[in-house]
Amino acid sequence: MSKIKPSKGAPYAKIMGVGGYRPTRVVPNEVILETIDSSDEWIRSRSGIATRHWASDQETVAAMSIEASGKAIADAGLTADKIGAVIVSTVSHFKQTPAVATEIADKLGTRKAAAFDISAGCAGFGYALTLAKGMVVEGSSEYVLVIGVERLSDLTDLEDRATAFLFGDGAGAVVVGPSDEPHIGPTVWGSEGDKSETIKQTVAWTEYDSAVHKFPAITQEGQAVFRWAVFEMAKVAQQALDAAGISADDLDVFIPHQANMRIIDSMVKTLKLPEHVTVARDIETTGNTSAASIPLAMERLLATGEAKSGDTALVIGFGAGLVYAASVVTLP
Amino acid sequence: MAATQEEIVAGLAEIVNEIAGIPVEDVQLDKSFTDDLDVDSLSMVEVVVAAEERFDVKIPDDDVKNLKTVGDAASYILKHQD
Repeated sequence: MSKIKPSKGAPYAKIMGVGGYRPTRVVPNEVILETIDSSDEWIRSRSGIATRHWASDQETVAAMSIEASGKAIADAGLTADKIGAVIVSTVSHFKQTPAVATEIADKLGTRKAAAFDISAGCAGFGYALTLAKGMVVEGSSEYVLVIGVERLSDLTDLEDRATAFLFGDGAGAVVVGPSDEPHIGPTVWGSEGDKSETIKQTVAWTEYDSAVHKFPAITQEGQAVFRWAVFEMAKVAQQALDAAGISADDLDVFIPHQANMRIIDSMVKTLKLPEHVTVARDIETTGNTSAASIPLAMERLLATGEAKSGDTALVIGFGAGLVYAASVVTLP
Repeated sequence: MAATQEEIVAGLAEIVNEIAGIPVEDVQLDKSFTDDLDVDSLSMVEVVVAAEERFDVKIPDDDVKNLKTVGDAASYILKHQD
């Protein structure tokens, strides 16, 4: 039998840089109230959302990704030609093939970087981060670009008073590269397909008939999602801390998927996080941007100085699938 | 040992007080969680999970929507506790 030469990777991986892009148009609750019977007070008390960003026709999934990625690559102190692979997590790029990652890799100026899309809903960033870490350590790429991007305004039923106010658009990106020390902890992840009906697209594309249906949108069972997100995901978050050997006292920052402020607040309470832990609450002005929410929140915490480079952060994504992924990371 | 209805109501009052800040004495059998006690649908989930732990019962999501009043919840727990 011939001996196959193994690839040579890095001992560990780390997040080297982060970047975000929020669409220019800021949409206050007043605009949402034009199509649903509700109130600013109701929306804020149920979700914590005051404003969100909605993308224009020019702010495509690819365009937003390129903006966020350029910032992340610069933040990492690199140039695009160093990027060996591009992973895009999205559920709102409406052209199945080719993967949007290939266009992004090309327009960024990478040298034929490997490029592919994944679909893991609001856990997509954690899934892509886990893949990127594995690729760096295994040696197939030295630097991997991870992008979470959504145009959820395209999948929002503006007449559904339970979800019309919830979603936003944007892109967040990080660069994952080699490290001599572990800076991305073990991922605790999984899926619960038996709960696939709790968050779903209203109509499959193959069944969609504009004469019969409203345009497909994301719908969810609010109470069931809330219970799962707060109480089951708090257990997953704790497992990620335990797997990384980090106690809540050692933690500097908590960046949960920005699903709903009430979920974030209840998770913090259930996890009994100490007062000193900075909690990402980007949802107030960004809405729920699914796969983009964690890198967007990370970028904002670092930009505002609420968190700093080198801080230890717990990140957890959870959503449609149902799927989840949590890990402890060092902030870039 | 299974809790009595009186103990369940007292327990629910403590839970509702903790989660929604409603005075314990306001939590009476005939009170509606949403209309009288300012417990919205998401707080109701927190109340239910806390009640599950306290009274060792399981209250599935499908049953939560039927628990309109404190009395509904107390009866449910009384019937389903071990």
